[in-house]
Amino acid sequence: MESIIKYLWLVPLAPLLAAGIGALLPKRRRRLSAGLAIGAISISFLLSCVAFLANLHSGRAVCNFRWFDFGTTSVQLGWVLDPLGAIMAVMVSFVSLLIFIYSLGYMAKDENFKQFFCFLALFAAAMLGLIIANSLLLFFMCWELVGLASYLLIGFWFQKPSAAAAAKKAFIVTRIGDLGFLVGMLLLYAKTGTLLFYDNGHGCLDQTAAVGLVASTTISLLIFCGAVGKSGQIPLHVWLPDAMEGPTPVSALIHAATMVAAGVFLIARVYPLMTPDALHVVTWVGALTAVFAASIAVAQNDIKRILAYSTVSQLGYMMMGLGAGGVAVGMFHLMTHAFFKALLFLGAGSVIHCCHEEQDIRELGGLRTRQPITFATYAVGMMALCGVPLFFSGFWSKDAILDAAHHWSGSPIPFYLGLLGAFLTAFYMTRQVCRVFFGKPTTPEAAHAHESPPVITVPLVILAALAVLAGFFGTPAWPWFQKYLEGGQAGFDLSKLMNEHQLPVMLLSTLLVTIAIVWSGWIYGRAAARPARETDPLEAAQPAIFALLQNKFYVDEFYDATVVRLTAAFAKFSDWLDRVFLGGLVKAFCVFALVLAWLDRALDEALVNESFDTGTETVRGSGRWVSRLQNGQVQRYLRIIGVAFCGLLILLLWESA
Amino acid sequence: MTTPLANYLILAALLFGIGLAGALARRNAVLVLIGLELMLNAANLNFIAFWRFSPHPEMLTGLMFVLFSIAIAAAEVAVGLALVIAIYRHRRTAQLDRFDSLKG
Amino acid sequence: MLNEIVFLLCAAVTLVGAVAAMMMRNLVHCALCAAGAFAGLAAIYLQLDAEFVGFAQVLIYVGAIAILIVFAVLLTRGGDVQPSAATTSPSWWMGLPVGALVVACLIGSIMASPRLLRLPSQNVHAPVKQIGERLMNQFVMPLETVGLLLTAALLGAVVIGLREPRKPESNAP
Repeated sequence: MESIIKYLWLVPLAPLLAAGIGALLPKRRRRLSAGLAIGAISISFLLSCVAFLANLHSGRAVCNFRWFDFGTTSVQLGWVLDPLGAIMAVMVSFVSLLIFIYSLGYMAKDENFKQFFCFLALFAAAMLGLIIANSLLLFFMCWELVGLASYLLIGFWFQKPSAAAAAKKAFIVTRIGDLGFLVGMLLLYAKTGTLLFYDNGHGCLDQTAAVGLVASTTISLLIFCGAVGKSGQIPLHVWLPDAMEGPTPVSALIHAATMVAAGVFLIARVYPLMTPDALHVVTWVGALTAVFAASIAVAQNDIKRILAYSTVSQLGYMMMGLGAGGVAVGMFHLMTHAFFKALLFLGAGSVIHCCHEEQDIRELGGLRTRQPITFATYAVGMMALCGVPLFFSGFWSKDAILDAAHHWSGSPIPFYLGLLGAFLTAFYMTRQVCRVFFGKPTTPEAAHAHESPPVITVPLVILAALAVLAGFFGTPAWPWFQKYLEGGQAGFDLSKLMNEHQLPVMLLSTLLVTIAIVWSGWIYGRAAARPARETDPLEAAQPAIFALLQNKFYVDEFYDATVVRLTAAFAKFSDWLDRVFLGGLVKAFCVFALVLAWLDRALDEALVNESFDTGTETVRGSGRWVSRLQNGQVQRYLRIIGVAFCGLLILLLWESA
Repeated sequence: MTTPLANYLILAALLFGIGLAGALARRNAVLVLIGLELMLNAANLNFIAFWRFSPHPEMLTGLMFVLFSIAIAAAEVAVGLALVIAIYRHRRTAQLDRFDSLKG
Repeated sequence: MLNEIVFLLCAAVTLVGAVAAMMMRNLVHCALCAAGAFAGLAAIYLQLDAEFVGFAQVLIYVGAIAILIVFAVLLTRGGDVQPSAATTSPSWWMGLPVGALVVACLIGSIMASPRLLRLPSQNVHAPVKQIGERLMNQFVMPLETVGLLLTAALLGAVVIGLREPRKPESNAP
């Protein structure tokens, strides 16, 4: 165990090296850069598995080192190997590996292939670093790096103005959350004197008792700000749907499985700091986000946008789980969601790729027969997401959350919101599947679509298998996952399934999901037979509400009118201040300096030159005057000698007298 | 009773004055030189007079001085007159107030 | 008594000669009057028992210098002399008071020293032998120096008085 923790830093280092070397390679070395990235992530995956296995039988291991000193204090960094981090590292590296392989096929025709893998490797390095970090400072540094990688990858096709704008939006909106995170971090450092999580009892998570309730709540809420930004909770969710401008593997990896989950992971990491009041807030925000995003997804027409809003919604569920049920509940849903959401995104990518970049679901149709593997895996993912019972992981994880919300002491409303969200989720996923895979093809491209190559379909199949199997690790009958995270043994007990506390919830959720699927299938199954471009049945029924949902509750427009306009006005004011006021000051100084210089010159010319000239003129004049004494007349000289002699004589006589 | 010293001295003074006045008042360069000679002679007379009435006349100091003075005066007159003649050849005039090219 | 009269006579000759030398219009007359003044001075020297000096005075001053002056006067006349030309320098009216002032100062200083005036007269012998001895022993340095000086003056006078060789009229290379 000791040896593993010493080498744990290799886990993020391998992809970082791949990114570094990849950055220096010339553009034509596509296979080399891809090979480097895939090789590096494989190494990380193997190391993570080894660490996971080593950690199964031991407790938490920590390795800290001193980074630098300033004054009397020193800044320390370190990494930690505990159940939370180990399982997360395994999941992240595995999903990254699958998506890297998928990208080989998806981005094969792209010009900037090498750069793509370089950025992907950078992202993987930062994400893994974030997972194993033992210091909130190191965590924050990797957090920011992950944000940078996201920016680079969203704006990968930067020639498209919408992509560049989306990248900027993502970066700026997450920045707002990060500001709260940073303040929380500083406050925590001020209160505990350290940013290390675990440090033989001196880490900031070990000292929760010493911090105090009010400070703890404040710090937790500030750190939650960062999670709100990164994980797309309302009100900072606006960047996630726009982030779909990036290539589909990016959406799958970053905006479904890993980066957005980093916010949830953060809350799970600093869970000892979260006070019940803070967890209240977390639960409410999660519940509201879940319903808000799900309702918007009902009215969207872009295949990736539906999935994006679905991600936002599921992240809300995760937050609700963390708040109401604890780390294990939230993290379990995070794990299962990573698998099936990545699967859904990759499946969508396969569809888009083969239908010549068509993303509007109204333009697709009947792909069930033309892309069977894609359809099958997509269906598995969709059922997992909806929470179809027993075989699909989403059911078990979402049910754990609903169960926790049901038993929550705060308020019963999040539970009802969760149920509503589940209903809506099933509804819009069925709508999407019907529109894309069933019915008749609406466009020639859809009619001529073919199945994707194995490099794309194999990851889909693997993920589909995991989407089914992962759920079995956290059922109430065998709560291995929960026990793994919390410590303790998990026993296999089928009777737990029939527990009177949990069975009603499970049945209720199953019922809601079934109703939603049937209803949506009935509406859209028939509509799929009709030609495209017809108004959506829902739109025909309730045009006003549909318009509201389709326009995302006008949140973007609201932000634009308020925050953006305010910032622009402030920027204009600052520019005016700088140019006119400060520039004017500088100009005034210059004028002043010029006046001084002119004055100097005038003084110099008038006074110095004049006085000097006058002086020299005087000397010359006097010289000229004196020289008149010498007129060349010898007798005058003799006369003067005579007079001088007399004068001398008189002087001598006077003295002697 | 010989004539007192004062008489000789007064004679010398008068002679000196006449020489000086002449040197200052006359135009011709040669006359100025004559005046100069008169002044020199007055000084010589002074020396001899003082020697005569000095406490140790056997030292002959005054005499010696005067002898040398006469010799030097002769040399000086020779050179001076040569100069005047040379200038006269160049300038065609012997008038002292015309010799003013050394002015400032 | 006799001394007094002799002295007064000689003094008169000297003074009159000097004044005449300074005031005469004709330059040759000036030179001759100057010679007369020198002669008068020689007589006074004789009266003062400085025989050698007296004779030296006659020899050199009257015999050489006065003649030299006459020669110089004759050589510097030529076309310049006009009988109506002024004999006095432009600022002669300033020169005379200066001379008077000097005389006054000197006589004043003479009169202002009473002890000087009452110096007794000595018995003096100034034989030539002794003069010669002094010259050769104590005053040998000045003697030789004066010899050198006379040589230099002689050579200098000759050089200065030489006529310049006429330059050729044409610009020959």
